[in-house]
Amino acid sequence: MKRYTKDRLRRSMMFVPGNNPGMIRDVHIYPADSIMFDLEDSVAYTEKDTARLLVYNALKTLNFGNKEIVVRINDLSSGLGVMDLEAIVPAGVHVVRLPKTDSAQDVIDCEKEIARIERKHGIEVGSTGMMAAIESANGVLNAREIAHASDRLIGIALGAEDYVTDLKTTRADGIELLFARSMILNAARSAGIAALDTVYSDVNNEEGFIAEATLIKKLGFDGKSVINPRQIAPLHKVFMPSEKDLNKAYAIMEAIEDAKKRGSGVASLKGKMIDKPVVLRAQRLIALHEAGLRMDDGED
Amino acid sequence: MKLKVPSTAGTMESNDVLVSIKPAKSGGIQIALQSNVMQQYGRRIREVITETLEELGVENAEVEATDKGALDCTIRARVAAAAYRAAESSDYHWEAKK
Repeated sequence: MKRYTKDRLRRSMMFVPGNNPGMIRDVHIYPADSIMFDLEDSVAYTEKDTARLLVYNALKTLNFGNKEIVVRINDLSSGLGVMDLEAIVPAGVHVVRLPKTDSAQDVIDCEKEIARIERKHGIEVGSTGMMAAIESANGVLNAREIAHASDRLIGIALGAEDYVTDLKTTRADGIELLFARSMILNAARSAGIAALDTVYSDVNNEEGFIAEATLIKKLGFDGKSVINPRQIAPLHKVFMPSEKDLNKAYAIMEAIEDAKKRGSGVASLKGKMIDKPVVLRAQRLIALHEAGLRMDDGED
Repeated sequence: MKLKVPSTAGTMESNDVLVSIKPAKSGGIQIALQSNVMQQYGRRIREVITETLEELGVENAEVEATDKGALDCTIRARVAAAAYRAAESSDYHWEAKK
């Protein structure tokens, strides 16, 4: 049985440092759609072993409810990535996040290791999902090939800090990321997988965070990584459909149902014909709203 | 698993446990435990430490543990990390979740 679902709500993916037992203990109380335990940049080189053991034991014993469980491994070229996979695949991770993905071959190499480990432990081959983080100019230019590199991929993500360094610039108002975001989004959509945006590091700047979240939602992203629980509620609010849009979506679906009952292949609302993209958008909006209501049960 | 050198793993931060292990030739697994929840969980913490070391095939060791309210999975992780470090081993035994 697959541990992951390709089509699910991924508005928020919360980073949790892999060597922080307090945050690992508390993470189930936050309403993030996905939790991402990090074995890479947030863990000192001398503590890679302890973090790996901590995440392994946490995945094996703690109950994280219906959240998607992602682990960011170290890159394979470091030698640490395979050691991470050896631990987290048997521990039951839903999705492996591959960092610094520059090419389709990086995804293929990682998938081979995952399949080998699944086989070794008698786990159904293909049951572990993957996502690829793109963090370089090369990766952005290869985004389409990366997005199509494996059936296990649930999405591709932008890792902006390394990317802007590679571009010889810094994070600013978002214009510096426009090309990368557009490439990643189009590559993800061409492969039918999720497009996930980078972190917003200034946790005290809620206004800036909301502006960035609004921008990436407008572009078409499914969601965004968050580094602090305080960022989850405002992010979900940005992704919540407005009442006006929701009413229109329900009216469209009612008009479609009426047309079906009348045996008519053509539906219209207020004199305007409803074509297929309009129906798809309405269905997505309603699904997002209903999923949001379910996931946010108890959220502020 | 044969322990070779003294080692430590973990931290003194809240929800963590700092574990130090020294190899010993005899005497079984001896544990010196400090915990801010000694009254309620002292016995359980000792059990988890002993179980973890026994599963790794450690028969004799001197263990010092300073617990700051760690969950069982954290105690297991820190004890195992200290043991692998003490054995200078990276031959980890990962098992599939049941």
